Amino acid sequence: MTVLIERVRNALGPELAGPFAAFVAVMIVFGFAAPNFLSRATFGSVAFQLPELGLLTLAMLLPILTGGLNLAITFTANMAGLTLAWVLQSQGGVDAGIGAFVLGSVLAVAVGALSGLIMGLVIAYTKAHPILVSLSMMIFLRGLGEFLTRGGDVSGIPGFLAPIGYGSIFGIPVPLLIFIACVLIWHVLLTRMKLGFNTYMIGSNIEATRYSGINTRKVQVLVYTLSGAMCAVAGIIMLARFNSVRVGHGESYLLITVLACFLGGVNPFGGFGRVIPVFVALVVLQLLSSGLNLMGASQHLATAVWGILMITVMILRWLAGRLKFLNTNRG
Amino acid sequence: MADQALDGAASRPLLSLRNVNMTFGGVKALKNVNFEVLPGEVHCLAGENGSGKSTLIKVITGVYKPEAGAVIDYDGQSYSHMSPVTAQAGGIQVIWQDLALFPEMTVAENIAFQTVIGRWPRLVNYAVMRRVAINALQRLGVTLDVDLALHHFPIAQRQIVAIARALVGEAKLVFMDEPTASLTQSETDYLLDIVRNLSASGVAVVFVSHRLAEVLEISSRVTVLRDGALVGVYPTKGLTQSHITELMTGKTFDYSVLHRDLSKSPVMLEVKGLSRPGEFEDVSLTVRRGETLGITGLLGAGRTELALTLFGMRKPKSGSVVLDGKPVRFGSNRDAIAAGVAYLSEDRLSLGLIQPQAIADNMVIASLDKILSGGFISSERKRSLVNRWIRDLGVRIGKQDDAISTLSGGNQQRVAIAKWLATDPKLLILDAPTVGVDVGARAGIFDIVSKLADSGLAIILISDEVPEVYFNADRVLHMAQGRIVGEFTPGATTLQAMEEAVYA
Repeated sequence: MTVLIERVRNALGPELAGPFAAFVAVMIVFGFAAPNFLSRATFGSVAFQLPELGLLTLAMLLPILTGGLNLAITFTANMAGLTLAWVLQSQGGVDAGIGAFVLGSVLAVAVGALSGLIMGLVIAYTKAHPILVSLSMMIFLRGLGEFLTRGGDVSGIPGFLAPIGYGSIFGIPVPLLIFIACVLIWHVLLTRMKLGFNTYMIGSNIEATRYSGINTRKVQVLVYTLSGAMCAVAGIIMLARFNSVRVGHGESYLLITVLACFLGGVNPFGGFGRVIPVFVALVVLQLLSSGLNLMGASQHLATAVWGILMITVMILRWLAGRLKFLNTNRG
Repeated sequence: MADQALDGAASRPLLSLRNVNMTFGGVKALKNVNFEVLPGEVHCLAGENGSGKSTLIKVITGVYKPEAGAVIDYDGQSYSHMSPVTAQAGGIQVIWQDLALFPEMTVAENIAFQTVIGRWPRLVNYAVMRRVAINALQRLGVTLDVDLALHHFPIAQRQIVAIARALVGEAKLVFMDEPTASLTQSETDYLLDIVRNLSASGVAVVFVSHRLAEVLEISSRVTVLRDGALVGVYPTKGLTQSHITELMTGKTFDYSVLHRDLSKSPVMLEVKGLSRPGEFEDVSLTVRRGETLGITGLLGAGRTELALTLFGMRKPKSGSVVLDGKPVRFGSNRDAIAAGVAYLSEDRLSLGLIQPQAIADNMVIASLDKILSGGFISSERKRSLVNRWIRDLGVRIGKQDDAISTLSGGNQQRVAIAKWLATDPKLLILDAPTVGVDVGARAGIFDIVSKLADSGLAIILISDEVPEVYFNADRVLHMAQGRIVGEFTPGATTLQAMEEAVYA
């Protein structure tokens, strides 16, 4: 039995052990507590809710790995959604064609990337703290968005967008497919590409990385630009799901994305963390809230349980670290 | 074993340990170690990293419990093991390297805070604290403004404060762990005077130091440990630095200057009139293929600034640099690396290596393009590159994915050298490559340097330790206040003459 656990742990890697254990625990607990938990309906609802939070978490992950943070993710997503909505509106609103959608999406991603690019440039060149820079960007985007929309909704979206929010291909929800594609891109970026390698190195020690001949400014700028572009993808999906955009929509996701990263074993000071464990952590969070929902608890309680889960995981990690320490000392 | 009583009167030892054994995770950290300190003696504990010095100190101060069979006699009492409380009550004090002081508090508070701990009504009497602090400093023959916050004082004076605090605890036996590691020469002399005063007032001092010159100057006896076992106890009189090194490492080193004829070797680097105002002025030098050029001088002579300029990280105000026949002007260190310049930083911990990251990642970081396959990092190429350098440079590691911080200083430095060799450099600048590297491992590093030079690399070796450049460079430049003030050829000058010129 212990050999099996050891093998599973080796295969999954140390960061994955925690989220995976949480996943198993959630499945078992709700499987018994909520009789209809292990059903298609549960997984259907998880599959549709996961992508929005998930894409925003991917956008948060890269800056955290460099030892920074991007507090502007939700408003960047809103701005990108607005961009797409305006393009569609200007091309006939409900009657807009596919061409307008493609153009609007490209512009939306460009707007998201631009927001990230500006943050990246400021962080890389002024060495200002990412929290301050992204906070400023968040407040700027929020104010700008509210000014442009006068605090209201922008709606009037052509019907062919609905599948992006609600459709399925071979029984798999389209938003989930988009999210999984983005997870894979991030995974390859971080494990196989120079930019990913340098992202980790910068997160541990930016000066030593610069002394090794890495263009650390370029890496920082790219990381925030990619983060902004990923926000735009989230913004497009949010638009398709809600059929409208309002500045401030999804605001409550901001800190949950940070939570999901830490739950997935990402080092809060940067340098360490992988995409797949974060993905598992996101699934655990969604399963938790769906399970509680099924048992009749309110969404607010689910949020409270997320907080408790995070604290529990941190205590368990500390205990695991202590056990390891005692073992090596005893020999 | 040369363990005779020194003053004939055969004074009873203050501390005597016999048969101390300690095992950590299957590794014997201490093997049947005996150790003895006489009252009022200055005793040195010498050994490389991992030889068991700190473990021994922790047994004596009660942090670790030795295995059964150990006998600890201290101040007329016999124990099977110490506890932190008995050690403290018996007057055993340790001054750790990081001092464990409070920078924002006054000198008086730092020295005397123990006098106010725990007693009802838990009020602080500043007058008493000041008096206690001044008394303790007087015993050391020092006057300091006790009302000033500690951070106003240089590191040497903070050491004094740490020692004074030990005295307030009625110390009979004080351990000092690498007390001079961050001190200048004159500060060290000052500290050694204090230690002498302490010893004269009857307090025994056990000195742990890497710097063998001080060990010989201050202590009356030396206990040498190697791999957890006692090598022997020796009176300092008659010992030489090289003798202690041999005892510590168990190896004999052959000290001889280099004799390589490089007059026909082509010039790799030619620097003319290079200046950066405020850092260095009018520096001209040449390095040939296969040559090691030493640059020495005191701290602040502009050595590192010059190296960083050659490495493209700072821009010269005037002057020219010709590398391998081509004039170069670097916009950044990326240009320098591409042109074949490599720079091993003097600060391995925060600039040279990325300590928390994997050994393999640290080794490939400067040459990522070489392990790409179709634009993606190939883990196969990475592994084979890393394996090759580990083999070629004899790096001892556990797993490639372990953090670099798990390695010893010498092995870390080998990884750092490998990282730069992987970029195929033409010129390798080594800035203080033996800082924090054990005496035994230093020889290994210089073996590598010598082989690299023989393979045709041009090397600049920067060090503030004159013997290091004397024995490992073909020519040595002396830098002072940003200028090159002298040139030596080790074969034609004595080491002593060179040391006098540099340290004068």
